[in-house]
Amino acid sequence: MNKVILVRYGEIILKGLNRPVFEEKLMSNIKKALYGLGKISVIRSQARIYIEPENEDYDFDEAVSKLTKVFGIVSVSIVWKIPSDFEEIKKYSHRMINQYINELSKKAGRYSARTISADIPGSVLFKVEAKRGDKKFPMQSPEICAELGGFLLENIPALRVDVNSPDFILYVEVRESTYIYCDIIPAFGGLPVGTNGKAMLLLSGGIDSPVAGWMMAKRGMEIEAVHFYSYPYTSERARDKVISLAKILARYCHRIKLHIVPFTDIQLEINDKCPQEYLTIIMRRAMMMISEKIAEKSGAQALITGESLGQVASQTVQALAVTNTVVKMPVFRPLIGMDKNEVIDIARRIDTFDTSILPYEDCCTVFVAKHPKTRPQLKEVEEHESALRLEELMEIAVNNTETMVISE
Amino acid sequence: MEHEIYLDNSATTRQYDEVTSLMAEIASNKYGNPSSLHTRGIEAEKIICGARETIASTLKADPGEIFFTSGGTESNNLAIRGYLDANPRGGRHLITTKIEHPSVLEVYRYLENQGFRVDYLDVDENGHVIIEQLKDKICSETALISVILVNNETGTIQNMEEIASVRDAVNPGTAIHADAVQAYGKIRITPSRIGIDLLTMSSHKIHGPMGVGALYASKRIKIKPLFFGGGQEALLRSGTENVPGIAGFGLAAKMTFERIDENLEKVAALKRRFTDELAASGIAHHVNSPADALPYIINIAFENVRAEVLLHHLEQKGIYVSTGSACSSHKKNRSHVLSSMNIPPQLIDGSVRFSLSGDNSEEDISLTVKALEDIIPVININRGKRSGRQR
Repeated sequence: MNKVILVRYGEIILKGLNRPVFEEKLMSNIKKALYGLGKISVIRSQARIYIEPENEDYDFDEAVSKLTKVFGIVSVSIVWKIPSDFEEIKKYSHRMINQYINELSKKAGRYSARTISADIPGSVLFKVEAKRGDKKFPMQSPEICAELGGFLLENIPALRVDVNSPDFILYVEVRESTYIYCDIIPAFGGLPVGTNGKAMLLLSGGIDSPVAGWMMAKRGMEIEAVHFYSYPYTSERARDKVISLAKILARYCHRIKLHIVPFTDIQLEINDKCPQEYLTIIMRRAMMMISEKIAEKSGAQALITGESLGQVASQTVQALAVTNTVVKMPVFRPLIGMDKNEVIDIARRIDTFDTSILPYEDCCTVFVAKHPKTRPQLKEVEEHESALRLEELMEIAVNNTETMVISE
Repeated sequence: MEHEIYLDNSATTRQYDEVTSLMAEIASNKYGNPSSLHTRGIEAEKIICGARETIASTLKADPGEIFFTSGGTESNNLAIRGYLDANPRGGRHLITTKIEHPSVLEVYRYLENQGFRVDYLDVDENGHVIIEQLKDKICSETALISVILVNNETGTIQNMEEIASVRDAVNPGTAIHADAVQAYGKIRITPSRIGIDLLTMSSHKIHGPMGVGALYASKRIKIKPLFFGGGQEALLRSGTENVPGIAGFGLAAKMTFERIDENLEKVAALKRRFTDELAASGIAHHVNSPADALPYIINIAFENVRAEVLLHHLEQKGIYVSTGSACSSHKKNRSHVLSSMNIPPQLIDGSVRFSLSGDNSEEDISLTVKALEDIIPVININRGKRSGRQR
């Protein structure tokens, strides 16, 4: 018997001629994610990936935790690989279920009103699901289910069959070898990072932008991030916070290049020369322009922002239109139709929320107008902008940008 | 960066070099556990005895009244909870003030939930406890009064003699606890003469190491421990003693008290210089600290300024200060001390604490005022603000 990890991937299967490209990328991302946990072989077979560790003391739980953060993976299971022989299948199923009932009863003792115990006859509801991939195997799937189920029922008194709402399912997949397991651990799905180009994420340190970056990475994009830093109007802790957020995102995309742009001089220039209700919109435009310049340098093909329609004054449709005109690249706004609560739900799931709400963000009321324009007119904005030394200051900012590579 | 000007001495002080050397020497060469029976143990025990005697002598107290702890927070917790635990029949009423440090305030909030009745005394616009209110609240049920001797944000000094005489007149059984973390080593305090029963000290506010403090507990009162274990510190504070830290605290106290009067005079002159130069500068400001405050702490509100923005600008010039309230968009954290003094919210948002030590010079002060003159106009929140409509 060999303990291995079974990886299922979904959407990639639907790809036509490009499928091998996606599969290769997924395999390589898996290897990167598991690097350092011990020697493994990664085998692809019949739209599945099997990870076989060389050592028995391999940290399977840690590996599963990392794999569930690799985009492209739909779910994983820790499985026993055994010979495709019905006697062997019976023997190992028996052993696996005995172990599994113990785990279940511990969990149930804490979470469920019903008592599940190896010592109470009929207290554990189960069913067997068999799949025969290898048609040379002498029994058909329903026959395997019935025979194996009957054998287990006879030999493990705690079991009772319930095909509608079982406490667990014993999965039996008969291929060249046979794989048995009881748990399917869901992952996020999506496409392997690196199969869908590269984009520059405007990462502010708030709740939204990390989620936006995560969503596009889930669609296979490689992500770089740009942060606008207004020291000494914000604290050094604000910068550290953005680095921490990039670190969390790196769990999903292996590593992230973070560009920190010194933005204070541009903000002061806008602040001193433009009417205050235009500060935010002109600042957003400057941020977009700088991000595009950095994106071009890094070979990114799109920008990503965490904007959501109507959330703040700079996110009305008029304001977004005025912001959009300064860049030629497509701007992806994956949160555009989401409510704050939906965004927060994702932020909690991907573990960025607690960092995002640390209170070090823009403390500079200097740069915030009381009543920003919600319906800015492009002509007026451009007029105000023409008074600024924006080109020159943006070039200085880009040249003084600090770039770092962040890995988990 | 230019020459560093450290004006955050109420947060922590730079450790004396002599203290650092002594601690390194003890950690490397006199590493025994004071509870051990052999020579190394006895050596370590003697070091602690010496430090205890030093601290006791600075308070004109008995060495048996000094207990070493991990710092101000633990001393405050031990004083309050340890006293109430040991005196269950002392009454279920407690008094403290609205301007305490969180390590006192949060203990009282906890006790309130545990069924004690707590009165939080108001302060006047200078931050002084309103004595009439104390007279009004104190009763036969009052077990304990906690008062911050020198406030950590404003430097306001409380009149402990007056508080003790009110106690003596109404209920002599009430114990008085003084949080002297900001006072110790800056002014002379004789708890037994004033009538203070419990007094909290911290080492790192007087150029000693972090992680060490002490509690003075008068012989006439009973107190119980927070921690149980090996029974160190006369059963009051179990856990192997922090020998290098305690020794460092002892030396720092000795050195600080040797120059206590000289330092106070010097710092008082620095405060005068600071307020005079600021007044002459034309910077719009209000001095939140009262005139009779401990001169080591000068709290100043700057108009139309966000304190944290000012802090970071000063930091760029090598000047370190602190703010009463951190600057954040979630505005629930305005200083409770300044609020209690009825200072308007917009001034609290621009309030900065400059806290001095004997190491600061006149030049430090002049350079700071000059830096403020440069920075304040740049960071004014109304800077450049005009409205398109008015144009």
